[in-house]
Amino acid sequence: MASILAVDDSESMRQMVSFALKNAGHTVVEAVDGQDALARAKTNKVNLVITDVNMPRMDGISLIKELRNLPDYKFTPILMLTTESSSEKKQQGKEAGATGWLVKPFNPDQLISTINRVLG
Amino acid sequence: MSIDITQFHQTFFEESFEGLDVMESGLLELDIGAVDSDVINAIFRAAHSIKGGSATFGFTNIATFTHAMETLLDEIRDGNRAVSTEIVDILLQSVDCLRDMITAQRDGEENDQERIDQLQKELDTLLGKEPGKDVSKQHTEDETGVENALPSEWIISFTPQPHLLKTGNDPALLFRELQSLGDLEIEADTGKLPPLAEMDPESCYLSWKLRLRGDAITEEAIREIFSWVEDDCDLEIRNASSEVRGGEKRETEKTEERVGEKGAPPKKPGKKPLTPESSSIRVSIDKVDTLINMVGELVITQSMMGNLDGDFEDFDHARLEQLREGLSLLERNIRELQESVMRIRMLPISFVFSRFPRMVHDLSQKLGKQINFEMSGEQTELDKTVMEKIGDPLVHLVRNSIDHGIEPPEVRRQRGKPEMGSVHLNAFHKGGNIVIEISDDGAGLNKERILEKAREKGLIEEDCQPSEEKIYELLFQPGFSTAETVSDISGRGVGMDVVRRNIRELGGNIDVTSSEGQGTTFTIRLPLTLAILDGQLVRIGRETYIIPLISIIESLLIAPGNINSIASKSEVYKLRDEYIPIVRTHELFGTRADSDNIEEGLLVVIEGDGQKAGLYVDELLGQQQVVIKSLETNYQKVDGISGATILGDGTVALILDVEGLIGMSRRPRGNKAQQEERAVA
Repeated sequence: MASILAVDDSESMRQMVSFALKNAGHTVVEAVDGQDALARAKTNKVNLVITDVNMPRMDGISLIKELRNLPDYKFTPILMLTTESSSEKKQQGKEAGATGWLVKPFNPDQLISTINRVLG
Repeated sequence: MSIDITQFHQTFFEESFEGLDVMESGLLELDIGAVDSDVINAIFRAAHSIKGGSATFGFTNIATFTHAMETLLDEIRDGNRAVSTEIVDILLQSVDCLRDMITAQRDGEENDQERIDQLQKELDTLLGKEPGKDVSKQHTEDETGVENALPSEWIISFTPQPHLLKTGNDPALLFRELQSLGDLEIEADTGKLPPLAEMDPESCYLSWKLRLRGDAITEEAIREIFSWVEDDCDLEIRNASSEVRGGEKRETEKTEERVGEKGAPPKKPGKKPLTPESSSIRVSIDKVDTLINMVGELVITQSMMGNLDGDFEDFDHARLEQLREGLSLLERNIRELQESVMRIRMLPISFVFSRFPRMVHDLSQKLGKQINFEMSGEQTELDKTVMEKIGDPLVHLVRNSIDHGIEPPEVRRQRGKPEMGSVHLNAFHKGGNIVIEISDDGAGLNKERILEKAREKGLIEEDCQPSEEKIYELLFQPGFSTAETVSDISGRGVGMDVVRRNIRELGGNIDVTSSEGQGTTFTIRLPLTLAILDGQLVRIGRETYIIPLISIIESLLIAPGNINSIASKSEVYKLRDEYIPIVRTHELFGTRADSDNIEEGLLVVIEGDGQKAGLYVDELLGQQQVVIKSLETNYQKVDGISGATILGDGTVALILDVEGLIGMSRRPRGNKAQQEERAVA
């Protein structure tokens, strides 16, 4: 099973994502914003990153760019959580190197089927 | 494997309330004209999170409402809309409304739909939108492709761009996904593969031709699998049987399908109210880590002491020494553990302070006063229980400052003061206490008027000329209000006496200093925690009592020459230059002391409410920290006693209520007085 970094500044979202992933047998590392995530990603090589976009300190787009610059995360799947109103953000995320996205609102089952898509 | 997402609701509510606080304080901070991007971003982010969360957890009405706010905030953020007082006002009202909506959701109560609709309409009007457009309706089910419920065959030509792998996408995984739809034939084109020497291992040189066969496979389903890579590849999807059915036309449409929108819509919360609001507390990880470390230390000590176990018959001296060492280590561990646990209950006072900027904003507008409101020491930590109870008294005091303290602008101008009055809320730690000050630069307390009023109300004698301190003390008497007009802001009958009583219930006290024309400062002192107290154990007869250490000034042997009996039966003790009443605690409680001869005992000088008294005791025992148990919940309220505790030997010791005792001592001794005292209480 994979080790996954879940990044969201909203505690309830983080709890839900983390719970669903753990429930599916994955190991989860949680981070509260981009900077936190970057630090954790460096010390903890994960197989997948799921990140929110709108966050304080470092947003999801910058996080993706930073991660892609790390040799360890060149090919790691990175999914972003976006809201339907931000197709522009999706574009920015893709340009930054995101693998794909998951549109809010989503439920735990959708989350799991989506991540199965990128976990080899 | 469905997960019950209601378990995350509580967290969502809590973080939403925090988000609303952020929005509120941000909105109040927002400068009309020059918008600070950090502030507006923080406000936007909070709205965005609430929207995302409420949609996820199925609170559609909250999501819809927040969506309108978010759109407005987004326009401000992008500089497409100037901030006006009107917009800030509507957003503030919306924050209030949202808070009520979330509360209603949490408590399973009805919403004030009229108010929501009204605000929604105002927001929509601002946005220039047709009222009533609903975010949740933007993605109703889009059931297309039903006509394709026939065997289908698709030919897919997939040519990734060289950088595809660097987006974390893997063609093999895409094919695996396609396989879940039907039978897949894969044919790779290796034509573009360069010679090994020139090959960049991180680039993708391959392209594929895929043939997918299965029942009722729609083009949407295939496109969806490729949705993440459609910009990173050349993709051609052809229906092998399209020659027959002509399904080609739809190809260009509907590429906007997104993963998360499909499948079950978010669960409706239904009518069932959630479990009643459980009180929870947010604790920083550091505090929890410290706690875990402490427990680790305890375990080490335990194992160290465990080594001493065994044959106690011939317990030699060396091991006794070890045992003693272990015990002292244990004592230290427990104290540290206790402190860490206590620290968990401590929250920064900003939790209470944060409500004030809004209140001051609204109040000053209402009263036509200009107020510069400042806060400091917001990070000062305070016990959660104390925090919950100090809010209302503080609100009262701040309101008082603005309503009665700060003068209207024209009066201030006449008095040569700046038109803008200032109110300062400050918190800090001082000697095991937390001190909160509310100061203003307003009119100050008018001593003459206070005296006049007190005489009118019969609180003091006509000819009495009390000291300044005593005059201010009158403010805290029940039924006292000097405001010339009783406004709806303060002076609603709930007076300073209630404020003081609330603070006293928390084991604290309140003082006031004022200088006429310059302003007034109220100072509140509170204990850091309500659960533990540093106490002095004393013995009176066969009873052990505890006096809060903080109230003790000194203890002394009674010098017979210093005792004076005055009128009726009161006794006072001459302590250097002042006379303090002597409290015979055993008489108040109806117990016996070792001796009725006061000269054989000790006098503990205590202070409360700025007044001193001497407590007669037989013996001073040790000092220790005691855990406070409520007497009221376990027995009933007793005058002069604030609580009880259990001592090391299992006996119960009563904790003396210093202020209460001093109050009792100020009345003449005797049964009648005691009865009156009880009746008052």
